[in-house]
Amino acid sequence: MTQKTFTVTAETGIHARPATILVQNASKFDSDIQLEYKGKKVNLKSIMGVMSLGVGKDAEITIYADGSDEEEALASLEETLKNEGLA
Amino acid sequence: MSSVLKGIAASSGIAIAKAYRLVEPDLSFEQTKVEHADQEVQRFQDALQTSKNELEVIRDRARTELGEDKAQIFEAHLLVLSDPELISPIEDKINQEQVNAEAALKETADMFVTMFEQMDNEYMKERAADIRDVTKRVLSHLLGVKVLNPSMISEEVVVIAEDLTPSDTAQLNREFVKGFTTNIGGRTSHSAIMARSMEIPAVVGTKEATVTIENGDMVIVDGLNGEVHVNPTDELITQYEKKAADFADQKAEWAKLVDEKTVTADGRHVELAANIGTPGDLEGVTNNGGEAIGLYRTEFLYMGRTELPSEDEQFESYKAVLEGMKGKPVVVRTLDIGGDKELPYLNLPEEMNPFLGFRAIRLCLEETDLFRTQLRALLRASTYGNLKVMFPMISNLDEFRSAKSLLLEVKEELIQEGVEVSDSIEVGIMVEIPSTAVLADQFAKEVDFFSIGTNDLIQYTMAADRMNERVSYLYQPYNPAILRLIKMVIDASHKEGKWTGMCGEMAGDEIAIPILLGLGLDEFSMSATSILPARTQIKQLSDNKMKALAEHVLTLGTNDEVIEAVKKEINL
Repeated sequence: MTQKTFTVTAETGIHARPATILVQNASKFDSDIQLEYKGKKVNLKSIMGVMSLGVGKDAEITIYADGSDEEEALASLEETLKNEGLA
Repeated sequence: MSSVLKGIAASSGIAIAKAYRLVEPDLSFEQTKVEHADQEVQRFQDALQTSKNELEVIRDRARTELGEDKAQIFEAHLLVLSDPELISPIEDKINQEQVNAEAALKETADMFVTMFEQMDNEYMKERAADIRDVTKRVLSHLLGVKVLNPSMISEEVVVIAEDLTPSDTAQLNREFVKGFTTNIGGRTSHSAIMARSMEIPAVVGTKEATVTIENGDMVIVDGLNGEVHVNPTDELITQYEKKAADFADQKAEWAKLVDEKTVTADGRHVELAANIGTPGDLEGVTNNGGEAIGLYRTEFLYMGRTELPSEDEQFESYKAVLEGMKGKPVVVRTLDIGGDKELPYLNLPEEMNPFLGFRAIRLCLEETDLFRTQLRALLRASTYGNLKVMFPMISNLDEFRSAKSLLLEVKEELIQEGVEVSDSIEVGIMVEIPSTAVLADQFAKEVDFFSIGTNDLIQYTMAADRMNERVSYLYQPYNPAILRLIKMVIDASHKEGKWTGMCGEMAGDEIAIPILLGLGLDEFSMSATSILPARTQIKQLSDNKMKALAEHVLTLGTNDEVIEAVKKEINL
């Protein structure tokens, strides 16, 4: 299993469009991918899970990936976070 | 069998087409036990797939026709339907409890809806609506009920609805919607204003359109007389085709006046302006010979989305309108939200009396960040045309002074930043609260212009909620009490060398126009489609005779007496 922690820099947090893109991207991979915020873990392939966390600006989030393509998945999600100006 | 419904003529013209009911279908069902859970799961997956296929088509269509913003809504719906946290529990439930797919879906989705609804964030609460929306779609497919897809309409129709909300109308495919009719509403309700800006005939307030009219019924919407004919005889259709053609001829006749000035029979020039909501409405203004924009309602920039529009986004819209009008005046009303217009993402508490509550300028003077962003965008756009800024819902001089000083502060800030700002921006107010009309002489010393908002002025003066049909008889534009207030405002402005316009429905009304002319109104701002008929009427009226008429009606006692007197004078 690989994991990495990020700080959310986007003014609106992980909201609407960025959340959609993050989930769409995570869904492409076979690995189990989870998002942790304030001790709560949700499936990063679930839009409702991600939204329900209510991740705001300056939040510390950790992404966990577990499976055959975990390295690739994490790298790709990190890139999405950067491209969308989230972290 | 043919029948006829009576309602309020909300937008002129004749439409003849098949009915499309924009009415929520019946999605009730019984919870049952199923014998073969695996078959039931398959049935669920089929309904899911059908829903996804549909949504993909709608999304692509939204992207090309309505823009990326709207497409994102359907993108989010698609993701919900692919959400493992929603789908797996439903399938588990069918397998383990052997219940039908409808029950498993409803129960699971309801759990999520409740969860999102309980969050104290308005944005999250709205997600509950997304889930409800997609659940309905899948449920409809499970039950074999026809799903409403207003954005997918692909033949000419007349839309039949209880009422039309801004989000309903945003989804309608304008190319094919030839007219509409609703159960509720009046001339100033959202659906009516929308119909006029789309330039399609509408009859509202029929009380029973959705009860009487079935999908596919042939319908004639007579937006001239406020009648809706259901399944008319061939003979009646022929008559109406003739009427439609006559109306088209009449329009062509009006069109000859497009480039003419609006001058009374004895030579006084008045300005006929248009009310708009978006830069997209400019085409209608040009086609109908608008001499100015008398009211640009900026709230549409803020509605139907999930967060505030950025300064740049606003700037682009304001610039587009100012440039589009090529130096003609553009009166921009700053944000008028609250009352019947809500913005979920602002998280405003619900009020007992929203029309008397925290709205428009009251909100802007409190939420100054939001207001400053708008003022910055406006001032930046000011060099692209003839901008006039107007503050809504002003009830006392302090409000005007605060708003104006904020405007000057922002202007100074921009100049410091090296941004060019026009030096000739007029700053005025909407007069829609009686206190302001009564004190107009004091206001006139400080403002550059007045614009009378009659819809609200009437409801506040008569103490009659314009959304409440039971008191709609109190909406009395010609009541001498209203006319006297209007006179006070116009006289006060002229005494200080300022001007007065009107941007309510009344400005385009054929009974009101003679009186308003006589009272000395300088600018009439109305739906674009009313401009040419108004110009035609004004060219036939003598300013001097209307002065005498106005003086006379101010001495009368009731709304009806005034109507009588005007009709007698101008032979209506």
